[in-house]
Amino acid sequence: MKKIDVKLISGRSIEQGIHIENKMSSGYFDVAAVCELNEKDMSKLGIRDDANVMIKSKFGQVVVRARTNNRNPPGIAFVPMGPWANAIIDPSTGGCGTPQFKGVEVEVTLTFDSISPIKELVGFI
Amino acid sequence: MIITDVLCPFCGDLCDDIIVEVEGNKIIEVKEACETGVSKMMGHERIAAPMIRENGKLRETTYEEAITKAAEILTNSLRPLMYGWGSTTCEADKKGIELAEEIGAIIDNTTSVCHAPSVLAIQNVGLPSCTLGQIKNRADLIIYWGSNQAEAHPRHMSKYTSFTKGFFTKEGRKGKHVIVFDVRKTTTAEVADDFVQIIPGDDYRVLSALRVILAGAGDVVPSSVGGVPKEKLIEIVDRMKSSRFGVLFFGMGLTQSRGKPYNVANAISLVRELNAHTKFAVMPMRGHFNVTGFNQVCAWSTGFAFAVDFARGKPWYNPGETSTVDVLNRGECDSALIVASDPAAHFPRKSVEHLAKIPLIQIDPCPNLTTELADIVLPAAIAGIEVEGTAYRMDGVPLRLRKLIEPVHLSDEEILSRILSKVREIRGD
Repeated sequence: MKKIDVKLISGRSIEQGIHIENKMSSGYFDVAAVCELNEKDMSKLGIRDDANVMIKSKFGQVVVRARTNNRNPPGIAFVPMGPWANAIIDPSTGGCGTPQFKGVEVEVTLTFDSISPIKELVGFI
Repeated sequence: MIITDVLCPFCGDLCDDIIVEVEGNKIIEVKEACETGVSKMMGHERIAAPMIRENGKLRETTYEEAITKAAEILTNSLRPLMYGWGSTTCEADKKGIELAEEIGAIIDNTTSVCHAPSVLAIQNVGLPSCTLGQIKNRADLIIYWGSNQAEAHPRHMSKYTSFTKGFFTKEGRKGKHVIVFDVRKTTTAEVADDFVQIIPGDDYRVLSALRVILAGAGDVVPSSVGGVPKEKLIEIVDRMKSSRFGVLFFGMGLTQSRGKPYNVANAISLVRELNAHTKFAVMPMRGHFNVTGFNQVCAWSTGFAFAVDFARGKPWYNPGETSTVDVLNRGECDSALIVASDPAAHFPRKSVEHLAKIPLIQIDPCPNLTTELADIVLPAAIAGIEVEGTAYRMDGVPLRLRKLIEPVHLSDEEILSRILSKVREIRGD
């Protein structure tokens, strides 16, 4: 299976913000369980938009939907802030309280698994 | 009924020009707000009634029973944690701090996972800042660093910076230069004059290079720093020095990536040094509409802006020890009260795992992932829509939130007040 090593950046997107107070909705699932990659990284993986990808870091793994976004340079995977990104970010704070939500090293591969359900991510299934 | 000059209770911009139409105690139209503000003010699914978890399932109950159970949990805990506070009023924050002192809790707000590094940096190097009004009327150089406010604060540029006209900025966008520093070409970068792309994790290096060039020692700067050519850095420093009034806004790109508080301290130091040449200000882009307000209330009542531990009977502050994610990662707290926040959705998985293990009380208007973990759920009225109160804009200006419709539920302040009374009753005070 083809894989790429990239840096994960999580952050706000306007669609995620619109659904932030309605997180149990399908709308939130559609906009937050997403990984945006540059087209060069998409072709390295041999995938098109809407393929599912597994993102693994040393802190966990998660399955989300891939989407091309050439505003990201190659080497960056952008996942909107939320439970999917939080499954793989570095929870350590370095003594300042804030975890490292940005710049975590991750491996991305094509997967035929389905997108991680939101309830599974917070561990009450 | 049309209500004008409404404050939007979504982000730290606290836009104060919203027009809301109300019919039969329901908001039917919201004008002037951004998409996120309209979405919040038009309303979502609400928590219908107080709930208590029994045999794994939430069942509806009365406020009286839920508040009594919540007070029992908090009174019987050795190490209670009280977290959230970004999306409620300062009046509720004040009551929360009183409760934390009463039960010897750790009280912390959402600053902990966003601008905690900024607070640490400000404690070290200060904050040469100003108000958004001054920026609107004066700034001709606007810098956004690691901040995609086109998506996080959608009206920031049209209300306060790039696309607005002010007393000394009559030309509007034409008379302003906008620079965006980021690791990816965000939607904010697309409407800037200059986009400076930095290698992820290299913000500190780029800030240091700018400071060195500003100090006149550019000859020691290598040909490229953090992916940015030296010539570009020199050009930016020249532009900063020749501006009439510059401002640097920074966001999570600095606080949540490698270097964290050191990135912010470096950015603030750059701005401080620029004031030897021209007028320059720096401002953190604050997220939730009243995250700044909690910092204010907590600072004037305890001496510290966030992560305050009352276990000793007096305020103790030591981020890394008393900050929520660290407390959860160590599995230290034995109960938690979450107010106006959704840590189950926004904390690292490891932290959420501990939250799922302990008795959890939630006070919130809307169901969210934290509701799924909560043992006691107390529905609240929405601050700024159903409850009036004070909120602080990101620049530290306090503004009065309006009440637009009649609430069905109690306010956060009232719920906290009742929990506090019940705690005192149980303790026989």
